[in-house]
Amino acid sequence: MIVGLNHYLAVSAILFSLGLVCLLVRRDALLILMGLEMNLNAANLALVAFSRFGRGASGQVMTFFVIAIAAAEVAIGLAIVVALYRKRKSVNLDDFRTLRN
Amino acid sequence: MTEYDTVFLFFSVALVLSALMVIISPNAVVSALYLVLVFVFTAGLYILLQAFFLAVIQILVYAGAIMVLFLFVLMLLDLRTPTRWWAGNLPALVGGPVTGLAFGLAVWATLKRTTWPVVEQGTLFRGDMTQVVTPVFARFLLPVEVTGVLLLVATIGVVVLTKREDRP
Repeated sequence: MIVGLNHYLAVSAILFSLGLVCLLVRRDALLILMGLEMNLNAANLALVAFSRFGRGASGQVMTFFVIAIAAAEVAIGLAIVVALYRKRKSVNLDDFRTLRN
Repeated sequence: MTEYDTVFLFFSVALVLSALMVIISPNAVVSALYLVLVFVFTAGLYILLQAFFLAVIQILVYAGAIMVLFLFVLMLLDLRTPTRWWAGNLPALVGGPVTGLAFGLAVWATLKRTTWPVVEQGTLFRGDMTQVVTPVFARFLLPVEVTGVLLLVATIGVVVLTKREDRP
């Protein structure tokens, strides 16, 4: 077996699917953010694999930006979670259905 | 099987298992610690892809900064997470795995159908620090500046969001 681009893309797809499952199944806001991080990680892995097998630096530069954006995103997300917890004493997203219907 | 394949298999299997444990572990702190493992194994895969700079950044930023942020928020909120999180959310419990499976199968079908151009092993891209960072400060200079502004906005936003209104 020679590990090629397809193997890395398969691992990336599995990781993205698991992140998606985490995002949808867990109702805890923190766990949903963790699932989001897994999704970003899967995309990063695919980008780095494309960069390696496509012989260009752009994929890795893109990953660099994604990591920077992910840091900002998680900081904002956690700040929102803290603000929500202060208002409602809960981070379970099933408790936040004011806008439903 | 060469050593490369063995290491790749080890990292991928460990990555998938850790990601599974993030989903099913009832305690949020345990999930966060398994997420650290996910990041570390991804960094291992980056090293296999010769992206050394990104592997270091991954460990520093993800496993270091972001996960410490997660753990700090978990500590501050001091949540009483129910040990049986799967109770009472049947739609999510069915719909989540079905969606994930559908997505995975769609990607699988696409990958099976796609043929990539064959490249020789010796000519693959090596992500040395110079090769990755030089375009960041040459061709991608404007995106870097925009990212800097975005990080500043995010910092100010976090301070505004978490400030208490009742205190002057």
